[in-house]
Amino acid sequence: MNDIFTTLIAERWAYLLTVVMIIIGLHAMMMKRNLVKKLIGMNIFQGAIILLFIVHAYKFGASVPVHDAVLGDHPEAYMNPIPHGLMLTAIVVSVATTGVALALLTLIYRRFGTIDEIELLQKLREEP
Amino acid sequence: MRWVPQLTILVTFVVLVYAGFGLPEFGDVEAPANTHVSDHYIEHAYHDDHTPNIVTVMIADYRSYDTLGETVVVFTAGLACLLLLMRGTRREDEA
Amino acid sequence: MIRRQENVILDVITRIMVPFIQIFAFYVIFHGHYSPGGGFQGGALLAGSVFLQRVVMGRERSLSGFHVKLGVPFGVIGILVYGGTGLVAQVFGGNYLQYEWLPFGLDPVWARNTGILLVEIGVAFAVMGILISIYDNLSAREGEGEKR
Repeated sequence: MNDIFTTLIAERWAYLLTVVMIIIGLHAMMMKRNLVKKLIGMNIFQGAIILLFIVHAYKFGASVPVHDAVLGDHPEAYMNPIPHGLMLTAIVVSVATTGVALALLTLIYRRFGTIDEIELLQKLREEP
Repeated sequence: MRWVPQLTILVTFVVLVYAGFGLPEFGDVEAPANTHVSDHYIEHAYHDDHTPNIVTVMIADYRSYDTLGETVVVFTAGLACLLLLMRGTRREDEA
Repeated sequence: MIRRQENVILDVITRIMVPFIQIFAFYVIFHGHYSPGGGFQGGALLAGSVFLQRVVMGRERSLSGFHVKLGVPFGVIGILVYGGTGLVAQVFGGNYLQYEWLPFGLDPVWARNTGILLVEIGVAFAVMGILISIYDNLSAREGEGEKR
């Protein structure tokens, strides 16, 4: 039990916090009835995934990945730059999907008059 | 059957925490993700481009093709948004 | 957000702040070489300066700053600058997007530096145009559209 405590919480606490944020986003996407609240849950989920990658790019005693004349070229003095570069793409993709989702929600509201999930399913079942 | 979503979320949480045992320690220098290609980028970035910012060199010089694809993705999303909402207003005019 | 606000204080402060926001956005783009920043962040800041005008002064009065039909052309110009840099490098001898072969008469290391700068400017214009276009499409009323 002490071994589990040391391995999981003392050494990997940053990963556990991102898992908590993933579960919050997943709960909002599955359990809420309003469509806009599901969209906000999707945004929280994407933010948590981006944090997960950035957390794994840290090295102990390392500086930001900007070259310094004082620190030289030693690769143990800088953080891993690859997840930072990949997550720029992920942030931009998140903005793009939020924009398209909001456009779809506007069309749904104009067509059906509601953005509640259960009322929407009832209206879809009634008309052909 | 109303407890199925809650059960799914609980199972997902347990699986993710169990997967955390296999990940490297927070801040590990010898993790496999922090070596091989990443070392090559850090050592050669200033020498190749005379640019201090290693992340900009990586996304604009070593992985420039991916950034081109991503800019096209942003443009496609904006175009999709335009087509969806203009289509809505056009239908109101024709009806 | 669509109706015009009758606030004189917000109006005057917006007119003072918008040029400073745009200058800071260009600083972030051009200093992407030396500090965290670059094309995406500067493009979002440029779009933010136009959003401030749209929110404070309403839609009709802020069209003179940045018209609605300029959003998508800016996006296209950004992508053409990016792809065009790669094609110029390919025409003058190298592979696609190989910046050493750009015909500016510099030694290869400084040619790569200039290539990165051109590419980041293209990305900034693309991101700015598309963000403003998405905002204008989402905040239009029914019955308004581009008169084609």
